[in-house]
Amino acid sequence: MKKTLGRIYILIIMLFLYLPILTLIVLSFNDVKSMSVWGGFSLHWYAELFQSRLMMGAIVNTFSIAILASLIATVVGTLAVLGMAAMKPRTQNVLLGFNNIPMLNADIVTGIALMLFFLMIGAPRGYMTILFSHATFCIPYVILSVRPRVNKNTDRLYEAALDLGASEKYAFCKIVLPELQPGIISGFLLSFTMSVDDFIITYFTRGAGINTISTLIYSEVKIGIRPSLFALSTIIFVVALVVLLIVNIRQDRADRLKEVKAAY
Amino acid sequence: MTAKKKSYSIPFILWIIAGTVIPLASIAYYGFTSREGGFTFANITAMFRGDHMQALGLSLSLALISTVICLLLAFPMAMVLRESKYGKQGFLIFVIILPMWMNFLLRTMAWQVLLERQGVINAIITAIGLPRQEMMNTPGAIVLGMVYDFLPFMILPIYNTVSKIDNHLIEAAYDLGATKGKVYTKVILPLSVPGIVSGITMVFIPALTTFVISNMLGGGKINLIGNIIEQEFTVNSNWYLGSGLSLVMMVFIILSMLLLQKFDKTGGANLI
Repeated sequence: MKKTLGRIYILIIMLFLYLPILTLIVLSFNDVKSMSVWGGFSLHWYAELFQSRLMMGAIVNTFSIAILASLIATVVGTLAVLGMAAMKPRTQNVLLGFNNIPMLNADIVTGIALMLFFLMIGAPRGYMTILFSHATFCIPYVILSVRPRVNKNTDRLYEAALDLGASEKYAFCKIVLPELQPGIISGFLLSFTMSVDDFIITYFTRGAGINTISTLIYSEVKIGIRPSLFALSTIIFVVALVVLLIVNIRQDRADRLKEVKAAY
Repeated sequence: MTAKKKSYSIPFILWIIAGTVIPLASIAYYGFTSREGGFTFANITAMFRGDHMQALGLSLSLALISTVICLLLAFPMAMVLRESKYGKQGFLIFVIILPMWMNFLLRTMAWQVLLERQGVINAIITAIGLPRQEMMNTPGAIVLGMVYDFLPFMILPIYNTVSKIDNHLIEAAYDLGATKGKVYTKVILPLSVPGIVSGITMVFIPALTTFVISNMLGGGKINLIGNIIEQEFTVNSNWYLGSGLSLVMMVFIILSMLLLQKFDKTGGANLI
């Protein structure tokens, strides 16, 4: 009885989460531009999507900004973690407090604050201001992912490497970086997804002539929903599904490998 | 000689100053400055103007309603997840995370497609002979959009804490004669407070400050405080008033966080 109730509940939540997405997917193959009448199967909304210069430009912007912002955030954040480890706990806490601000603050406030800053220093709003803003809100995630990986042991191994004649650079690359690597990778990935997903901060810090996927969707929805947006939804959904499946399968394998090793 | 040098933090500190401290300070500066350049409280007290108060009140109530609905939907879901088999749990979590990877503008648009006058739900309703319903541009549509967009952010943190509750504690409570209700109110609920608190933070604050959901599902007819602030910046170009109103909104954000922290003794360690 309890089990059935649980199953029904899961089913209801799943329907709630997926019916709207499913609707978009079905409508993306609809031949006519109606949201309620089925006019036969067609792929021409996909063709329209791929022929749109605006959309292609927005896709390039979104991903190049995400990659660059995550790289910058990863370098700045990782160095910051190493630097902070040499500081007094009190100084560390103050810095971490500031680090938390962009994460806890509402996006609209962060966006407006950055916009005012660019206006004050007279920076023309465009690609660079979006990039700077994205790096700003990505750095905290890198710091939070990398910081737990720093420990006393790394220091000792690093010193040992130096005593054994390694150059500082060699010891850094061979000892410190591998130790931090899992944190660095998850920090980078977290930053990347945050950047790709962002709308509000981009909206306030972009200039007139530049769009990311999110800002383009917003301006198109305001004019009137075109079915090419349904095609875009379908593509994004499928890409997300595939990426998450790959990540999950690899995770599963890693877990199983660990279990096998632990058994020996 | 160590691998850690204080100087490594310099780029980060500069970035905080340029990306966080100065920008926030400029909101404060503009918020207390009049258009003519003098010091003023007018931008702050402008929140008491009728239309602004109405927008703030509506934002607070819609955000509160959405948060409560999310909580009521998410807690049973987290409990059901906790009791499912391990492999199935992983699959269900995957299914809950997946929609979060889809752009939230597209997810909100989906509800527009469903609720529109010529939309999917009305097509179904009229097909079975019922009268057409006006569902768009209502507070209800906005709440629905908020719940849809933010529900996973409530389920995941609650699931994270609920799944860590030791089964022995629950069994012990039953062995000592507790009723089912008692077990929930005295054991499970208190232990899941940290997850509930971070879930509320992750739903309430974006819901309180949104201008996108209200714009897309309210048809520009329903103004939340986020819409008012956004319009001051993008339409009216009155950064002074916009900043002043943002400062007041920030007070509400900070107040709600302080209130929530009172309940959570772990200090938000479950936030992510």
